[in-house]
Amino acid sequence: MTNFWEVHETNKMIEQENLDVRTITLGISLMDCIDSDLDALNRKIYEKITTVARDLVAVGKEIERNYCIPIVNKRISVTPIALVGSAACKCPADFVTIAKTLDEAAKKVGVNFIGGYSALVSKGMTTGDENLIRSIPEALRSTEVVCSSVNLGSTKTGINMDAVKLMGEMIKETAQLTKERDSMGCSKLVVFCNAPDDNPFMAGAFHGVTEADAIINVGVSGPGVVKTALAKVRGENFEVLCETIKKTAFKITRVGQLVAQEASRRLGIPFGIIDLSLAPTPAIGDSVADILTEIGLEYAGAPGTTAALALLNDQVKKGGVMASSYVGGLSGAFIPVSEDQGMIDAVKAGALTLEKLEAMTCVCSVGLDMIAIPGDTSPATISGIIADEMAIGMVNQKTTAVRIIPVIGKGVGETAQFGGLLGYAPIMPVNPYSCEAFVNRGGRIPAPIHSFKN
Amino acid sequence: MEKKTDRVIITVVGKDTVGIIAKVCTYLANNRINVLDISQTIVQGFFNMMMIADIADSSKPFDECSRELTQIGEEIGVSIKCQREEIFNKMHRI
Repeated sequence: MTNFWEVHETNKMIEQENLDVRTITLGISLMDCIDSDLDALNRKIYEKITTVARDLVAVGKEIERNYCIPIVNKRISVTPIALVGSAACKCPADFVTIAKTLDEAAKKVGVNFIGGYSALVSKGMTTGDENLIRSIPEALRSTEVVCSSVNLGSTKTGINMDAVKLMGEMIKETAQLTKERDSMGCSKLVVFCNAPDDNPFMAGAFHGVTEADAIINVGVSGPGVVKTALAKVRGENFEVLCETIKKTAFKITRVGQLVAQEASRRLGIPFGIIDLSLAPTPAIGDSVADILTEIGLEYAGAPGTTAALALLNDQVKKGGVMASSYVGGLSGAFIPVSEDQGMIDAVKAGALTLEKLEAMTCVCSVGLDMIAIPGDTSPATISGIIADEMAIGMVNQKTTAVRIIPVIGKGVGETAQFGGLLGYAPIMPVNPYSCEAFVNRGGRIPAPIHSFKN
Repeated sequence: MEKKTDRVIITVVGKDTVGIIAKVCTYLANNRINVLDISQTIVQGFFNMMMIADIADSSKPFDECSRELTQIGEEIGVSIKCQREEIFNKMHRI
């Protein structure tokens, strides 16, 4: 029978250590909405989303009340819109109408975000893909809860450098169009290498074409719980450290599994995966950087950071895998700068640079995330940063991403304010040397060889 | 056949005062909620009580019981929380 100390421990995690379920994300296929008539397409998309997701928010809240566990976000991901819209959309402006439909449908059902304003162009771009990509700045300017992502490369196909170049320009344009809000349009835009089909986290969530008609994916959280557990084993060796992380990850993930199963049962929609990610928020005590500090680093970014993060990421997966029947998505530790107070402090102290963050992304999900850079950074330099990150993903057979915000009108030393879960970010310096000739070459980087691993 | 149960965990945390258990138990009895187990201790100077109760025969749905218990807690100055048992079993049992 349930004992007193177990109840006490669980409730302490929830009340004092910020244990929560970060998101229930309902993936919805829009393949059956495809129509060559734009108005009909928009109508079908609106109807499908508002029908399938009708009860999502109510069920999420009911589960919260039943277990007293906060479920921070209820979200929707849809089939990449470049696929759904290419028959109807003849120009970027046509795609923007779909973005607006997604925004309306999401608001109607009351979700926090809707993801899937996406294109998958890891090898080449169709006209539809290119039109969608060119519509992203206006789509993000004219909507509130729509998130956009573009897959630019993969281990099997290499990197589409034409698309990398284009995305550098689109990120800059999105920043420009949303400059009055510290370019926060870019916080809803992410580029990937090896994008997963079942990621529940924004801004990169989309409902992959290999998925069922509708599916429930759940993202767990809980950096504060891991940190508190590690504080009890301060000074112990790596074996004890790793065991503690594993056990804690197991407990956190079991809550996610319960929420996923309950949501699936109550909505009558199959359960897809749990994403085992330590997702921080700007709240004090909900920080991945604080875990690194607890492991023994003065600041995130100090020598040893990459090793500590590699260890943390691996142990979270080892503990979490056994706790869930299906694991997928991004699964790892997130290291966004603006959403993590410990990361912000490390940047302010000068301990954490863009280059160190890049190294850290080699060993954890997901990539350069929520990093504010000077507004005068050139599109080519942004493309260069993207290309570097895509190369890490391509060669290491992992997902990597870039969500970077050139804050128009601001420079190094200033701060960008995004608000809410997105937090705020000190603007970080970018290497000033040019990569324009490299980015302008055009074409694609071939897929890497899968032998002779060194 | 074993009777169907619907178990919830009720926790009460706060400053100790006269009649906390009486108030909670009266409410449970009035709503046909059967108490299966009670444990109580003082943690860091605070009164901590945990009850395992069965709401299968209750006249009210879970949400209403939970809301009314929280209200009773507010009246006597303690925090009362009502949760379904699965979350604890999931987290602490393989």
